[in-house]
Amino acid sequence: MATAKFETPRIGPYPVIPLLVEGAMAHSKPFVASAQIQQAIGFPGELTEGWQERALAKMGELLAKYRSLRVYMDACVHCGACSDKCHYFLGTGDPRNMPVARQDLMRAVYRRYFTFAGKHFPKLVGAVDLTKEVLDQWWSYYNQCSECRRCSVFCPYGIDTAEVTMAAREIMDSVGLGQKYANEIIGKVHRIGNNLGIPEPALADTLQGLEEDTKEECGVDVRFPLDEAGAEVLLVTPSADFFSEPHVESLIGYAKVFHAAGISWTLSSKASEAGNFGLFIGNYEQMRKISQRVKDAAQELGVKRIVIGECGHAWRVAYSFWNTLIGPFDGLDPRYPVPQHICELTDDLIQRGALKFDRDRNDDRIITFHDSCNVARGSRMGDMPGGQFVIPRRIIRAVAHHFHDMAAGTTHEATFCCGGGGGLLTDDLLELRVKGALPRMEALKQVVDAHGVNYMATICAICKAQFSKVLPYYGFDMSLVGGVHQLVGRAIRLGEPH
Amino acid sequence: MNILSVGYALLFYAATAIFVIGVGHKIRSYARTPAPLPIPTTPAPTTTAGVVLRLTREVVFFESLFRSSKWTWVFGWMFHAALLLVLLRHLRYVQQPVWTPVVFVQFFGTYAGFAMAAGLAGLWARRFLVDRVRYISTPSDHLHLALLLAIALSGLTLRFVAHTDIVAVKAFMLGLMRLDIQPLPADPLLLLHLTLVALLLIVFPISKLLHAPGLFFSPTRNQADRAREQRHVAAWAAALDKK
Repeated sequence: MATAKFETPRIGPYPVIPLLVEGAMAHSKPFVASAQIQQAIGFPGELTEGWQERALAKMGELLAKYRSLRVYMDACVHCGACSDKCHYFLGTGDPRNMPVARQDLMRAVYRRYFTFAGKHFPKLVGAVDLTKEVLDQWWSYYNQCSECRRCSVFCPYGIDTAEVTMAAREIMDSVGLGQKYANEIIGKVHRIGNNLGIPEPALADTLQGLEEDTKEECGVDVRFPLDEAGAEVLLVTPSADFFSEPHVESLIGYAKVFHAAGISWTLSSKASEAGNFGLFIGNYEQMRKISQRVKDAAQELGVKRIVIGECGHAWRVAYSFWNTLIGPFDGLDPRYPVPQHICELTDDLIQRGALKFDRDRNDDRIITFHDSCNVARGSRMGDMPGGQFVIPRRIIRAVAHHFHDMAAGTTHEATFCCGGGGGLLTDDLLELRVKGALPRMEALKQVVDAHGVNYMATICAICKAQFSKVLPYYGFDMSLVGGVHQLVGRAIRLGEPH
Repeated sequence: MNILSVGYALLFYAATAIFVIGVGHKIRSYARTPAPLPIPTTPAPTTTAGVVLRLTREVVFFESLFRSSKWTWVFGWMFHAALLLVLLRHLRYVQQPVWTPVVFVQFFGTYAGFAMAAGLAGLWARRFLVDRVRYISTPSDHLHLALLLAIALSGLTLRFVAHTDIVAVKAFMLGLMRLDIQPLPADPLLLLHLTLVALLLIVFPISKLLHAPGLFFSPTRNQADRAREQRHVAAWAAALDKK
């Protein structure tokens, strides 16, 4: 679709906190889901008379169901600690993209209807009625949050704007105002099995093609099994890994790791998607239902382990929420964590000396690593806190010679979102995505200039798709982004004498 | 015994009741609201002891704020630490005999009043000088600072400039604790100081001052990161499993 013209932010000599530009992004709104899309996943088709009462009832329900929301509505003191932490604020200067101001869009309504001060002294505490105008602001600005939780790292009370955004989207969905991109995808995952809507025959065909390509490339029969009952590992990976560049290169990497380690594995046509957009719209039931497919597939196939491919939010849902949503996982091999990240699996094999690499094959690459927000701040790998930072970097160093981290304050738990997470990876939000990528692009530019970095590795399908799209806006080549297992796949020795 | 003393006695009883019941009610609502999913901001401690340590660092040092904004941290920490010393010092007015630690803290608590005022002034200045903080400030944010600063300044004036009959004040306070109302000096500055303190107690449960109990109930800070090892289920979420 044609996006209105906008200016790509310029990368200056050093990052600066922008001055406020009120209303700079007020026009940014995603497409509204059709009645058909909404109803397919159990939401009302459109906004109808009486939506205010229903929205407030939903808000009351969520306040009673989520301690996070209840506490976060009260606890903010407007200290401003978060005000310069959001990539969308840094990229746009719109004050409503400051986490505190984004939260305040809901807090103002919460105060008006749920607190003594707001009921009796609304002006004093900034309380407002829930009008159509306020709803329009919600629609715009709660769709300018990628739920990356960077603000929650810096808030003295740990207030997590993602929780507020999820609640806002849940309330809007419940009155018939849904986001087309996210809700259409949720429909597809139920109907077809994955977010891209790839039916089983097409998937089987693709995997066969990959077997042929890989054979041609390295001369070894690396398999890409689908629906093979009795395999040890069920690999659940974002469906972008089947069709998109550079994602598919990482899928080839996983297959080579399994091959080299002699682990039997399979993909599932029923659970051919690791992504779980139920998270993005804050809907517990959807998140649970989408997760349940994986458990069902694992049971049907009789696998012993479940491994997740390179996908950030999928890993958060799987690592942090699966045990709650669809646990316990009886019948799986207790020697391995459930679920296990593909990086944990590969790293473990490397540490045990089970994989051999020719690091020279990655010699043309000068690599940096982009920590994906959901992995960095919403999950873990390995058995110590921060393993999610150590393990991917350890893999990269094991398979390549040249690695340079980006500046402190832009990596690890302070990493910047790619700008396309949280259900915003859609062309109707392109301006937001380009501008929101600015802080990452600034940090990248530094290592490109200082070290000649030409490869930014990441372990998230959304990051890969987002960067492929926005890198050119900042004058970088789109092939600068790729997966960690893309590097692994290139360097790994298969069927060669060690 | 006069109307003034009775009036202030009633004011303090009412303010204390509102504070205790109001905050207690809020804490109960936080405690009773389930946290259905584990959402600690990672990297997070994997044990309960680690969580206690994380929260202790937040409460004592304002660890996260230190990482976010050094100026806000300097003023915020200075204000809160000074407030603690000032409160401890004031314990002498409701104790007889006075505990040794409270005797010890008198000197520090007295001069902490200046740090408290300076911290508040710094925090207030940010609301005018930093455009982002100015944008998010509501009238209530300014009034909270005005209230606290007025308490600090009136207290400092009573201590250093215009002494009040502190012995009588203490007798009044000790009397309140025994439900035996003693005469309160009719010193306007003292009455202002006491009124503002009562007001602070009253607004506490209906204002952003709830950040104090809120921190302890913040799931991103008070949850351990052990999702794979330990199943976390809230009642309403568990009910879905039975369907």
